[in-house]
Amino acid sequence: MNTIKISIAFFATIFFTSCGGEETVATSHDEVKAVVEQVEEVAEVVEEVAVVNTSDLSKGVGPITSIELGDIDEALVEKGKEIYKGNCTACHKMKKRFVGPSLDGITSRRSPEWIMNMILNPEEMVEKDETAKALLMEYSAPMANQNLTEEEARAILEFFRSRN
Amino acid sequence: MKLIFKPFFAIAAVSLLLASCGGPTTKKSGNSGALSGNAAEKVYVAPGEHDSHYAFISGGFSGQLSVYGLPSGRLFRVIPVFSQDPEKGYGYSEETKPMLMTSHGFIPWGDSHHPDISQTNGSVDGRWVFINENNTPRIARISLETFETEEIIEIPNSAGNHSSSYVTENSEYVVAGTRFAVPFPQRDMPINEMKGNFSGALSFLKIDPEHGNMNIDFQIKMPGFNYDKAHPGRNASSDWFFFTTYNTEEAHTLMEVNSSQNDKDYIAAINWKKVSEYVANGGGEMQAANYAHNTWDNDAHQATTVMEKEVLVVNPMDIPGAFYFLPTAKSPHGCDVDPSGEYIVGSGKLAATMTIHSFSKMLKAIEDKAFDGDAYGIPIINFEAVSYGTLDQPGLGPLHTEFDSRGNAYTTFFISSEVVKWNIKDLKIIDRHSVYYSVGHLMIPGGNSRTPDDKYLVAMNKITKDRYLPTGPEVCQSAQLFDISGEKMELLLDFPTIGEPHYAAGIAAEKIKDKSAKLFNLEDNTHPYAAKSEAESKVVRKGNEVHIYMTMIRSHFAPDNIEGVKVGDKVFFHVTNLEQDYDVPHGISMIGANTSELLIMPGRTTTFTWEPKQVGVWPFYCTDFCSALHQEMQGYVRVSPANSNLPITYTLDDEVPGAEEEL
Repeated sequence: MNTIKISIAFFATIFFTSCGGEETVATSHDEVKAVVEQVEEVAEVVEEVAVVNTSDLSKGVGPITSIELGDIDEALVEKGKEIYKGNCTACHKMKKRFVGPSLDGITSRRSPEWIMNMILNPEEMVEKDETAKALLMEYSAPMANQNLTEEEARAILEFFRSRN
Repeated sequence: MKLIFKPFFAIAAVSLLLASCGGPTTKKSGNSGALSGNAAEKVYVAPGEHDSHYAFISGGFSGQLSVYGLPSGRLFRVIPVFSQDPEKGYGYSEETKPMLMTSHGFIPWGDSHHPDISQTNGSVDGRWVFINENNTPRIARISLETFETEEIIEIPNSAGNHSSSYVTENSEYVVAGTRFAVPFPQRDMPINEMKGNFSGALSFLKIDPEHGNMNIDFQIKMPGFNYDKAHPGRNASSDWFFFTTYNTEEAHTLMEVNSSQNDKDYIAAINWKKVSEYVANGGGEMQAANYAHNTWDNDAHQATTVMEKEVLVVNPMDIPGAFYFLPTAKSPHGCDVDPSGEYIVGSGKLAATMTIHSFSKMLKAIEDKAFDGDAYGIPIINFEAVSYGTLDQPGLGPLHTEFDSRGNAYTTFFISSEVVKWNIKDLKIIDRHSVYYSVGHLMIPGGNSRTPDDKYLVAMNKITKDRYLPTGPEVCQSAQLFDISGEKMELLLDFPTIGEPHYAAGIAAEKIKDKSAKLFNLEDNTHPYAAKSEAESKVVRKGNEVHIYMTMIRSHFAPDNIEGVKVGDKVFFHVTNLEQDYDVPHGISMIGANTSELLIMPGRTTTFTWEPKQVGVWPFYCTDFCSALHQEMQGYVRVSPANSNLPITYTLDDEVPGAEEEL
C-alpha cells in the first residue's frame, strides 16, 4: 500500500513540476497535446502499480470469516456464472477494466472470504478494509450491493475459481 | 455623506423601535398556547429517530395522499393517486397511464377525500389504505408495503363520491356513496323533474382478503337524497352501515337555501350483512353499466384497464328489515360510531344541537315498529325511540367526531373554529380548544375503530390566514396536533398540508414500517420490455417505432450511444433499473420529450416515449442524484433526417452492451 501511494505521489510530482512549476500556462495546441501525453504516460505507469493488481489475501470485513474450498464443483460454477451475468456484468468484465476492475485471476489476488465479503458487505468493506478503500479511491464508483445471499455469493466465487 | 447618514439614521430608528417594544413581551392571543409547558419536547423527534405514528392525510384537490410522521409533522411522501405526478412519472409513464382511465377517457386530476386503513377484528391493520375521488367517482387502494396506488375502480350511477371510502371492521367491504343524486341510470331529462326521479347509489365494494382487490358486489338504489358521510358499525352494530343524508328536500337549485328547509334530515341505517346475503343468494338485478377498473401488477410493473359492463343493483324495497331512516338534526355531515358500536353521532352542521342515536334503542324501535311513516317506502324510526340524547349548544357548525378509548368524543366545529371534547354517556362537555381556523375533519389514530390510540389528535383546517409566513393570495391549509392523553387537550404543533386535508387515517408506525418494501426483485420482473442485464439491452426498430430496451446502474445507461433514430420516429425508452439495493432509484429524461421524467425503483422497468422533431445528437441523463458519478450518468441519441438510411446501432464503451468475452 505504501509503495503505491509513494509511486503516485512521485509521478504526480513530476507532472506538476513539469507543467506548473515555472508558472507557465500551456496555450498552443502543441503544448496542450504535450501535456496531455505526459498525463497519459503518468496514468499508464500509475495503472501498472494500481491496487487492483496488488495482492491482498486478508479476509476482509463481513459475514464470511472462514471458508473451506474443495475441488471445483462444476454445477456450482454454472449457477455462479448465471448469477454473475445477471448481477455483475453491468459493471465488471473478466478481461478488461470497465466500471469496476477486471475479474480474471481475482482468486489469486484476493482470499475467497474477501471476495464474498466484498459481494455481500460492500458498504462496510469500503469503509473499513484498506484494499477496498483504495479500490473505491481508484474507481470512484462504489461497489453496488446487489443483495445476494451467501449461497449466491459462494456460487459466484466458484465461477471465479473456475476461470483462474 | 448622505450615504453614510441614511443607514445611520435607519439604525437609530430601528433601535428606538426595538426599545419601545422591548419591555414586557406581549403575546398574541391564540398563538401562545403551545408555548406553555413542554410542547416542543413532545413533538421533537431527534435527527435519525423515527416518529411513532404514520398519518395519511388526504391531499384534497391535489388528488393525492400525503404521508406524515407524528408527532413531528414531517412530510415523508406524497403518494400519487388520482392526479398525474411528474416528479414520479405517475400518469405519464406508459405503465401508469391506465391507472387514470375512466369511462370518460383519461383524466389527469382528481379530488381525493377520505383515506381509511383496512381493519382486522375492528382494528387498523396497516395493509392497505383506501381513498375516494369525489369528482369522477372512484375508489383507490394503496399498498402500505410499496406506498403505491395498486387499484382504482370507477363507480357507475354515482356523482360526487363523498360518503366514501369507509371500511367494515374485517375489511369485507369498502363503501362508496353518492353525494349528488342523479338519474340512475343516467338519461336525458329535465333537471326540474329531479324530485322522485333521481336516485342515490350506495355501492359496496368487496375486498379480496388476501390481495385486497376490489369489485362492486352490489349497488343500492336509494332515494335521491345527498349522502354525505358514512361509517360502519362495530361490535354489536358491525353488520350495519350508517350514512348521513342532506337535501332530503330533493331541491335541484339554489341548494344553500332550498336544501336547508327541513329541521331534520336522516341517517340511513343499512344492514349490509343482510344485503350481502341477499345478493349471495341470487338477489338483485344485473344492469348494464360502463366503468373502468384499473389494476396495477407488481411483477409486470404496469397497470391494465378493464371496462366493466354491468353492475348488480339492489332495490331497498326488496329486502325488508335492512333499511331504516333515523331523523337527525339538520343537514348532518359526520356520521360517526363510537368504539363500542352503541352510539351513532350525527353532526348536524346547520343545527344548534348534535344528535346521538343509540344502536340498542334502534333495534328495539324496529322490533316495536316505532315508525313515523316512511320515505319512498323506507321506514322512518320515531326520533324519541332511537335518540340516546342530544348535545345542546356545543358550538357552531359541528362536522365530524372521533373517539378515544375512555368514552370521550371529540367533535370539530367549523364555524366556531374549535375542537370540543365531550363524554358520550353523560353528554357533558369536558374541554374545548380553539383551532386556527375553520376546522373540517379531525383524526385520532384508530379513532374510527374499536381500538383508538389515545395519544394524538390531528385537526385539519381549511383556513390559515396569519398562521404562517404569507405566500401571496394562496396560503397553505394546515393540520394542528393535540396531545389528548390528559383531561385537557394540549395544542402541540401546527404544520402545513398539501391541497386540502379533508380527512386522515393514522396508525402506529410499528404496524407498517418493518414490512415496507425496499426494492423489487429483478428475477420477479415480468415486464415484457425488461432488460434484466446489460446483455439483454437492445434497440429494435418496428416501422417508425423504435424500442430501446435500456438498463441503468450506478452510474451508466446501457446502451448509452444510439444511432439510426429518425425524425418522425416514436421512440420508446423501456428502462430497467438493475440495482438491487435499498434507496437507489435512478431517473431518466430526454431533451424535448413531451412528458415527465421517469423515477425508477431498483428492479423496476418503466417506459416513456419521445418523438424527436429535430435532427441532431441529443442527450439524455439521470435525473435523480445516484452516486459520485451521477453527473456522468448520461448518453446520446443521434437523430437523422426522416429519409436517412442509417441503420440502428447501439453501444456502450463503443461495444454492443454486455458484449463480454464468452464466459
